[in-house]
Amino acid sequence: MTPALSFENLNVWFGDGRDRVDAVKGATFDVAPGDSFGLVGESGSGKSTIMRALTGLAPHWSGRMAVNGQPLGPKRDREFFKTVQMVFQDPYASLHPRHSVDQVLSETLYLHGMKDIDARIVRLLDDVGLGSRFRFRYPHQLSGGQRQRVAIARALASDPAILLLDEPTSALDVSVQAEILNLLTDLRAEHNLTFLMVSHDLAVVSHMCSQLAVMQNGEIVEVMTVDAMRRMTSDHPYTRALLEASLGYRRAAE
Amino acid sequence: MSDLLNVENLWVKFPTRTGVFDAVRGVSFRLGRERLGIVGESGSGKSMTGRAILRLIRKPGMVEADRIELDGEDLLGKSEKDMRAVRGQRISMVMQDPKFSLNPVMTVGDQMIEAYRLHARASKAEARQKALEMLEAVLIRDPERVMRAYPHEVSGGMGQRIMIAMMLIPDPELLIADEPTSALDVSVQGQVLSIMDKLVQDRGMGLIFISHDLNLVAQFCDRVLIMYAGRVVETCAADKLHEATHPYTRGLLNSLPRIDAPRDRLDVLQRDPAWAAAPSIGPDA
Repeated sequence: MTPALSFENLNVWFGDGRDRVDAVKGATFDVAPGDSFGLVGESGSGKSTIMRALTGLAPHWSGRMAVNGQPLGPKRDREFFKTVQMVFQDPYASLHPRHSVDQVLSETLYLHGMKDIDARIVRLLDDVGLGSRFRFRYPHQLSGGQRQRVAIARALASDPAILLLDEPTSALDVSVQAEILNLLTDLRAEHNLTFLMVSHDLAVVSHMCSQLAVMQNGEIVEVMTVDAMRRMTSDHPYTRALLEASLGYRRAAE
Repeated sequence: MSDLLNVENLWVKFPTRTGVFDAVRGVSFRLGRERLGIVGESGSGKSMTGRAILRLIRKPGMVEADRIELDGEDLLGKSEKDMRAVRGQRISMVMQDPKFSLNPVMTVGDQMIEAYRLHARASKAEARQKALEMLEAVLIRDPERVMRAYPHEVSGGMGQRIMIAMMLIPDPELLIADEPTSALDVSVQGQVLSIMDKLVQDRGMGLIFISHDLNLVAQFCDRVLIMYAGRVVETCAADKLHEATHPYTRGLLNSLPRIDAPRDRLDVLQRDPAWAAAPSIGPDA
């Protein structure tokens, strides 16, 4: 079976000379269609950079990336953006403050070349649990959770097969996080989506994903199943440290 | 034991077109040399409480309280000029988002040096040395490079550690940390917390730790206030948080995903208007 996403020996870097930063070094992993894959690691470990490279937002990369078996070149075409969509971390920053929900969605749908824009907007808003009474609101009239729902609706506008989630709930309250995670779980079942999810919260990843890759300093140190993580059977010391850290803060021995 | 901070009946009000909005409604608490956690959702007034103590609420917002005392010294009656001597020197605050609290057009090094020289008479070279030391103390791997970088060139976690380093240079008596680690990942979070923990223990600093992360507060703090709609709905010892009785606290605890107990769906909080109507719980409850 062709993997939905495939990364082979991916390197991504920024800057040059003494300020060159190798953000991702030799990353290799596959995501099966319909699967949900988590990327975890500390900030600066390169987990978001992998997504940015995939979507064409990081220009300097080498190695091989493929979507549904199609290798990617330096440019992304419209077909790519129909298949792969992204939900960003901060719903406060990712929506245009002067565009209403209707404008955000209709522009996206127009750019994807959709015909029945009006009907689709209504359906998208229903899909994300907002309903059409939110259609003509502006972002400042929405709560954080509602904004993230709009961002998810925008990502779903092109009927993508693959959704990239970059810390989709880290800017939200725990009570709202529960709602958004439930929504994403439902959407994945309804639309047969493949998720690639970046999060620093191991509990969120273990709730959403079946497999995860642990990253440190731009390298993937371990790829494991969530079940293995739950049993705490990890080989790599960094994964174990991360797991222990996520189980809570312990005061240093005095 | 004398209290480091004593807050009685604190109200924060904002006039709006539809009447006065009360962001904080009658909050009272006392703080010793301990770690006090304030938890609640966004909009529950926890950040406003922290800001009101430093008198950082801008007009037209209003702060009213029967008493806000630091070491027995009244903060409400102080002039703006006297407050400037309190802010930073005696009470420091680490804000939520390093993106908005660092100056985007100054290098990290320059602003750390500036902050240090505002509080201490020191030469540039000394200040630079101190800044480098503090950056190392908050576990930044390559302080020389970070000093040269602009805020947009560092990651969020690094930005927050820079903020904490900057706030700790003047050695304050009370640190108000407003979601200092919510932008950080677990491993860094642990490091940042242990840095703050060490300071509370070694220097006898008081800490107000504002967070929405219940588990973290339960493990890190000594005592917890739980806020909802501007009021304190429950207060308890941090290690007893998981035995909390208020339905709001229980709802928050149940909405968290857990590594050790997988579930298909997470519980969603059902709100009860009575929670907001009930009066605040006093300092001794």
